[in-house]
Amino acid sequence: MIYVQLFKTFFKIGLFSFGGGYAMLPLIQKEIVGNYSWLTLAEFIDLVAISQVTPGPIAINAATFVGYKMAGIFGSTAATCGVVTPSLLVVLTLTLLFVRYNRLESVQAAFAGIRPAVVALIVAAIWNILPPSIQAFSSWVILAATLLAIRRFRVHPILAIFSAAVLGICLYS
Amino acid sequence: MNITDHDPKTEVVLGKPTPSGLFWSFLSIGAFTFGGGYAMLPLIRKSLVEKSSWLQDDEFVDTIAVAQSAPGPIAVNMAVICGYKLGAIKGALAAVLGATLPSFVILIVVAAFFLGAQDNPFVRAAFTGMRPAIVALMISAVYDIGKSTIKSRLAAAIALGAIVLLLVIELHPVLVIVAAALIGLAAGSYRSHVPIRTSTSNDRGDNT
Repeated sequence: MIYVQLFKTFFKIGLFSFGGGYAMLPLIQKEIVGNYSWLTLAEFIDLVAISQVTPGPIAINAATFVGYKMAGIFGSTAATCGVVTPSLLVVLTLTLLFVRYNRLESVQAAFAGIRPAVVALIVAAIWNILPPSIQAFSSWVILAATLLAIRRFRVHPILAIFSAAVLGICLYS
Repeated sequence: MNITDHDPKTEVVLGKPTPSGLFWSFLSIGAFTFGGGYAMLPLIRKSLVEKSSWLQDDEFVDTIAVAQSAPGPIAVNMAVICGYKLGAIKGALAAVLGATLPSFVILIVVAAFFLGAQDNPFVRAAFTGMRPAIVALMISAVYDIGKSTIKSRLAAAIALGAIVLLLVIELHPVLVIVAAALIGLAAGSYRSHVPIRTSTSNDRGDNT
């Protein structure tokens, strides 16, 4: 049943996504694009773009979007509950342990190992979405211009994305 | 990091948010933070520490430590911890619902529009323009995260190894994360020269 599948898949994504944000993308891609083909790779990148210009955590945005596409509002609900449940369970457990023993060393040691892996996860995500993102030479120009705008001139990411959308409409429609 | 110093009873005296108070606080947090993750922290602090003084600053810092050490979106984790501390299970559920609802509603509206307009040439063109910009944002983010994370040879080795496992061997990301966590645990217990299991009794001793 699709609702159970959505819940289970996003439960897994919630349980194994550390570091939040972009670090979740390879896992979401593997499950949603790779295992289930619920989205195409191009749709997946569009979802990332949408997540950047809408409020809230990327994982919630992804769950709601994919759930809606597959099974309407109830699909959204199933997927979103799935992605939130591990947070509830794990964080409550950690909070109780933390309050009782005042000890987080082993969790932090594990996290010290996970953090550099998160860098690798984001690199892998970039590697995977690069080919479908580059449609023409002008795509490289947009990439370089965005990088320059946000690094050098501290342009807000949302403004940068909207500018790229306007450029896209001028260039490609 | 001494949360046990705060007697639960004094926390209740400090401020008594109702579940609906927590719901509305986290609803505004969820509705006004873009990009997720750490961008939400200043807003959460403003709402819970400055405006309502439900939490003290050192409690808030402890909260962040737990939120970062757990899987899942940081904003949701913060909602669970703050909600639980201030209103037990009911508070945690109310806060999570508040933090989740704005993006849930907005994304349903956007998905309904996008899935209908996906083939519209203007929408197509806009997204074709946005994709390389997203790649640029991610490059920028990974540069920042890498700079603050990869500070030792071990960290660099884990990152490189993980890239190879992910891209060359195409190992499932979950396995890569589990492997990295195990290496972290091994390195942690090696560094302290104390097996992790016995440190529980040490900690209890420290508390008294």
